[in-house]
Amino acid sequence: MIDTLPIKTSTGRPLRKEEMVINMGPQHPSTHGVLRLEVVLDGEIVVDVIPHMGYLHRCFEKHSEHMTNYQQVIPYADRMDYLASMNNDWGYALAVERLLKIEVPPRVEYIRVIMAELQRIASHLIAVGTYGIDMGAFTPFLWCFRDRERILDLFEMTCGARLLYNYIWVGGLSHDIPPGFVDKAKAFCKYFLPNIKELNDLLTYNTIFVKRTADIGVLPADVAINYACSGPMLRGSGVSFDLRRDDPYGVYDKFEWNVEVGKGEMGTLGDCWDRYIVRVREMEQSVKIIEQALAAIPEGDVQSALPKRIRPDAGEIYVRTETPRGELGFYVISDGSATPYRVKARAPAFVNLSVMSEISRGCMIADLVAIVGSVDIVLGEVDR
Amino acid sequence: MEDIIKNALEAIPVLGHSLANLLGTPPGVYVVMAALPLVFILLYALVTLYMEMKVSAHIQDRLAYMYTGWHGVLQPVADILKLIQKEDTIPAAADKPLFILAPYLVFIGTYAGFAAIPFSSMYVGSDLNIGVLYIIAVSSIVVVGILMSGWASNNKWSLFGAMRSAAQLVSYEIPSALAILVAVMITGSMNLQEINHFQDGGIQNWLAFGGPLPIAKKLLLMPFTLTTFFILFVASLAEVNRTPFDLPEAESELVQGFNTEYSGMKFAIFYMAEYANMFLVSGVAATLFLGGWGSPFGSFMSGPVWGVFWFVLKGMFFVFLQVWLRWTLPRLRVDQLMYVSWKVMMPFLFVCILAVGMILSF
Amino acid sequence: MTPQEILDQLRANFGEAILESKLDAPQPWISVAPNRTKDICFFLRDTASLQFDYLMCLSSVDNKDKQLSVVYHVWSTTQKHKIVLKAFCPRDNAHIQSVSSVWGTADWHEREAFDMMGIVFDEHPDLRRILCPDDYPGNPLRKDFKVPEFYQGIKVPY
Repeated sequence: MIDTLPIKTSTGRPLRKEEMVINMGPQHPSTHGVLRLEVVLDGEIVVDVIPHMGYLHRCFEKHSEHMTNYQQVIPYADRMDYLASMNNDWGYALAVERLLKIEVPPRVEYIRVIMAELQRIASHLIAVGTYGIDMGAFTPFLWCFRDRERILDLFEMTCGARLLYNYIWVGGLSHDIPPGFVDKAKAFCKYFLPNIKELNDLLTYNTIFVKRTADIGVLPADVAINYACSGPMLRGSGVSFDLRRDDPYGVYDKFEWNVEVGKGEMGTLGDCWDRYIVRVREMEQSVKIIEQALAAIPEGDVQSALPKRIRPDAGEIYVRTETPRGELGFYVISDGSATPYRVKARAPAFVNLSVMSEISRGCMIADLVAIVGSVDIVLGEVDR
Repeated sequence: MEDIIKNALEAIPVLGHSLANLLGTPPGVYVVMAALPLVFILLYALVTLYMEMKVSAHIQDRLAYMYTGWHGVLQPVADILKLIQKEDTIPAAADKPLFILAPYLVFIGTYAGFAAIPFSSMYVGSDLNIGVLYIIAVSSIVVVGILMSGWASNNKWSLFGAMRSAAQLVSYEIPSALAILVAVMITGSMNLQEINHFQDGGIQNWLAFGGPLPIAKKLLLMPFTLTTFFILFVASLAEVNRTPFDLPEAESELVQGFNTEYSGMKFAIFYMAEYANMFLVSGVAATLFLGGWGSPFGSFMSGPVWGVFWFVLKGMFFVFLQVWLRWTLPRLRVDQLMYVSWKVMMPFLFVCILAVGMILSF
Repeated sequence: MTPQEILDQLRANFGEAILESKLDAPQPWISVAPNRTKDICFFLRDTASLQFDYLMCLSSVDNKDKQLSVVYHVWSTTQKHKIVLKAFCPRDNAHIQSVSSVWGTADWHEREAFDMMGIVFDEHPDLRRILCPDDYPGNPLRKDFKVPEFYQGIKVPY
């Protein structure tokens, strides 16, 4: 007998008698920010998940229309995905450069690649570490933060900021890299690779961890593409797609590296473990790219191509770049004035999150935590 | 519900009175004897708090407390002082009497268990002839307290934690009881002091290594007793809600589980009960399988005072193991937890019991 | 496929629903009738030679000519070609057919466009506000949006 209660979820679905609605968040340890999940539960089994966001909405798009010039949007782009500010800066700067049709000097391209890949490692370290916390293992988190600290030190010596850099400008960079940076970055690469192995020993191949993540939250490749998932989320499902290779920008085509995809090693293809391992292996690939870029960095002036006045012709452009979370798109419309007419940010975390309720029906609460963690959301970017 | 509490409260003085009559000893002695474990628990909780922080910090490449006293040794004291001063909030919609009662009940369940634990050949709170049974029974009060706290908090997360906790404690009591049964079968006694005396004479006589039996029997028993001991240790981890079985308070899933709504001193009592429980299960494991207060070197360094030293050392070793595991392992899921108990531990234990029984009967 | 071929295919199948196009832009776009977007997108996704299976971005724009528009950036993971679709609708009666049945990702993007620009997506399964609070007055990304003096009894401009 199925009886319904006079209570409805926010999508208008009436509750059955055995069900209960519980709010996971906005203040909850494992929603990675101020995400609220309205979870319909039958005992420990998740019947339905309805994500609610907007708690961190800071009107990025409206602000962009009200700046006095294009350059001023960059600090706001910084604050979208606050764990990968470099990548966000680059995405926006690239969009405006393509709109202006300017080329940047090779030294700038190389430094951008180095910074973006360092940032990718830093961001993946947080994703991997907090995923450990979600699974109840606290130690990997602090190990990851210890290594991330080194990267932040590198950023700090470059531009003075540790989290929000405003470093990549339209047409150039705010500073050249300081003397000694190359050596320190090389030393970091050397120091970091053994730590990945250590992390794998502690967490990745831990039986309990594998049991908790393998076969959980399986995202088939066709669903992933239908929901336009990107980044490790899509690659975890076995789709070899990386914008750095497939829609090239910067100087990524000059380096040798691989696109890591999930292979379903521990369970079904596209489960949480696959998404996790893609991130871990991507860190190794990033180290590879950084090492090559550091060896080949050309001389030059990083500010020679900075435009005096940014006033693109009327037109529009959609530019996408690969951030740690996936495809970050900027759709910039110019009306010929000094401010953007419209900036739409296609945030990868926002899009990746939308598939979550699809893949988490029928799992348990603990699995829901595993799935949210494996999506690797940053609420600053989801809400913009 | 209130009637039940009222009746229970009325019954307690009667019970105490009859006990005193029964034993014919001045009550003051009992008070002193009963207070000793409490003093121990308080001191031990401070030490373990410090140890847990330092061990976890060194596992994680940090330093932990460094400023309050030498290497922060005074920090646990400061923590307790802070907790005492904190505002003690009770949610408006909570079931107030139950909410207040719950932490004390949890602590009573643990503290009562200490009564039957032999700290040394001269000191045991109550030399019960069914000590083992008593500890199993009395530690179940903890479940009632936890369920009470979860229900009374009027918080869905707390309720989840409490329900998980009840399911977990009930299912893990069975493997630990079965594991204890193995020790009882070999020693032929349920009195913990007698079990302890049975293992006198050094490390070779400990039950984990087969006990003081003829060498052939001993060697046959050893694989089974070691397995049982290992299972008892793992089951005890689950009984004290430590990682990898810390589901009732899994902070990444259930915020803080059954004690989400607690603050100040009530929270501190939960915390202390958890630490005390850690030592209780460690003490039981040490008494049953590792000779309790017995010195590992036979008569060398043995005696009532050395007994306390050895017992606390063994207990603390297991507490250290629990801390170590906590900061190393991830957490199991509910169904996996049940799977481990019912489908892995129980068959192993049945085999062990059967084998031990057959070996002993020859 | 080149944009011209895509346009020809669309013209052949949908005729009058294909309104205008600009193929010499850096990113060529085709404008379609707002009440036919679902059929057109299904055609784009399911035709073997097109296979536009990946909706990169769905943006809402408040245009200078006082019209609202929705811009679809679609891409094919197999054919590796892109095209931009646009659907225009009047400001005061902004209705566009939903494409969330074609691409799952359009669900949230359309909710965002509904929230920010006030475009109503017909046949959308769950059209609620997504970023702003449910009771927020107005659609903030419209160019004529005025920040309210008070929201929930709290003075807004500070």
